[in-house]
Amino acid sequence: MSSIGAAPARRVPRRLGDRLLAGMATSAGVAILATLAGVVVFLLIEAWPAITAPAAEIPGGRGLVAFIAPLAFGTVLAAVLAVALAVPFAVAIALFVSHYAPRPLAGPLASLIDLLAAVPSVVYGLWGVAVLAPASRGPIAWLADHLGFLPLFAGPPSVTGRTMLVAAVVLAVMILPITCGLAREAFAQAPRAHLEAAYALGATRWEAIRMAVLPFGRAAVASAALLGLGRALGETMAVTIILSATGAVTFNLISSDNPSTIAANIALDFPESAGVAVNALIASGLALFAITFAVNLAARAVVGRRARRGG
Amino acid sequence: MASVADTWSRPAVGLRRRLADRLATLVVTGAFLLAVAPLASLLATVVSRGLARFDAELLTTSMRGVVGAGGGILHAIVGTLVITGVATAVSVPVGVLAAIHLHEHAAGRRHARALSLLVDVMTGIPSIVAGLFAYALFALIFGPGVRMGVMGAVALSVLMVPLVVRTTAEMLALVPGHLREAAAALGAPRWRTIVQVVLPTALPGIVTGVLLAVARVVGETAPLLITTGVVASVNANPFAGRMESLAVFAFDQYANPGVPREPYLQRAWAAALTLLLIVLALNVAARLASRAFGARTRR
Repeated sequence: MSSIGAAPARRVPRRLGDRLLAGMATSAGVAILATLAGVVVFLLIEAWPAITAPAAEIPGGRGLVAFIAPLAFGTVLAAVLAVALAVPFAVAIALFVSHYAPRPLAGPLASLIDLLAAVPSVVYGLWGVAVLAPASRGPIAWLADHLGFLPLFAGPPSVTGRTMLVAAVVLAVMILPITCGLAREAFAQAPRAHLEAAYALGATRWEAIRMAVLPFGRAAVASAALLGLGRALGETMAVTIILSATGAVTFNLISSDNPSTIAANIALDFPESAGVAVNALIASGLALFAITFAVNLAARAVVGRRARRGG
Repeated sequence: MASVADTWSRPAVGLRRRLADRLATLVVTGAFLLAVAPLASLLATVVSRGLARFDAELLTTSMRGVVGAGGGILHAIVGTLVITGVATAVSVPVGVLAAIHLHEHAAGRRHARALSLLVDVMTGIPSIVAGLFAYALFALIFGPGVRMGVMGAVALSVLMVPLVVRTTAEMLALVPGHLREAAAALGAPRWRTIVQVVLPTALPGIVTGVLLAVARVVGETAPLLITTGVVASVNANPFAGRMESLAVFAFDQYANPGVPREPYLQRAWAAALTLLLIVLALNVAARLASRAFGARTRR
């Protein structure tokens, strides 16, 4: 029976149109892979002169590792701080939109948060330096007075307000939409029946959410935090504009002595650099690429594990 | 706030549990309001400071020969349109075709899963790294220090392609299987099914995705700062010479002002306002397109 149906089909030659479309589609996929490989290869080629150059020729004069390490420190510090600030807010906002806000308002409120993602980073930078930095002078003076025993707030407080703390707050605002969006999706998928069962047992709204919604979203929040971290690591302009960087390696968030980040340093120095300095900057970009690639891969791995388990 | 559940459960719920519930409501609502505050402040700041120079001269003149007050962003608008236009013209065909490959030809195969993972990871490439890639590529061909509009377009394409692939693949997945089966039953070859049935059905969704991707890259600053550079006059040729975009203009006016600073800062804010209006317009257009898509899938 099946042989009768299948036999003529096997003899039909593949049509020209089919081969053309399939060929074009495949080459587009190959082009994407080639681009990704190209990013690594071309950055390596352009970074190579800096990798092999004598230490004295690298900006700073103490070799490539000593050039990149403080920048990498600043990059990770700013990004981790931003994620630590953004994740609790993202979870709370996601819960507000999915379980607290009145139903007809939930959609518009969610798109209000998504609007934060549409604002270009240069606009965030200008806003940060014009509004948030001056506004932060009072609070950081208070922090230095009352929490100055913590290394984070050792001070002396910056008089311009262009500090690591303000840069991290702006980064947190910038990664809020992506982090919140993923958490919201996960919370919305929590089975309605579990929630209703919790209510039926006499739970208050908060207890029901803690029992039936939060455990469901744990993996999604973890991967959202990692994706936000990837974003924050590579974010350039907001940090470039806001931070008054001196290249110091310090955990002090509120002084005028701040570490720079890899991306901000490239944006500031690249246009005026020449020779090995350009190669050194590209080498630092390669390091940034490696860090963000690993973080993003980890984020996908968390999502993938959840998808396999949850089905 | 007093819902039916609250009224019924009140006698049984102890004070501590009730307080915890109220506290959670307060914290969650407060967090939302606190998150909206920066958005409100940002919009108010950009509008109030941008309006000072948001005039006809701004939109119709370039910065050629301008020192101090006056001048405009015509060259930056032209640059933004050309760079983003070229990037879109490259990214849309590549992205849509790759999504067709992933979803229609190689669905479920191992290399398709690997490719879609890499596309996902590619969405996380920092924009400055995309800029460095474009610079490194062109520096190998034209020598160090090269600046061209097309370099910026290449950098933006690296950022745009994965976005287009992802949304297109999602939209292709939403096209009902019975449409494909019906086309096949009518004897249509696969490519005609894809070109004449699947793609038109998914089109509004793809348009939405492309508009959102354009909105994402149109405000990019960092990759253009290192590939297309800073220039004062209009240049519409992406293959020759520097080309300024709105975002780079805003940054440059802020970062390298003359004396007095005021006209430079006013131009920076006016450019930021223009950019914000463009991005908002793209988002509204995307929303309208997706509404059309909703109407089509419901039918």
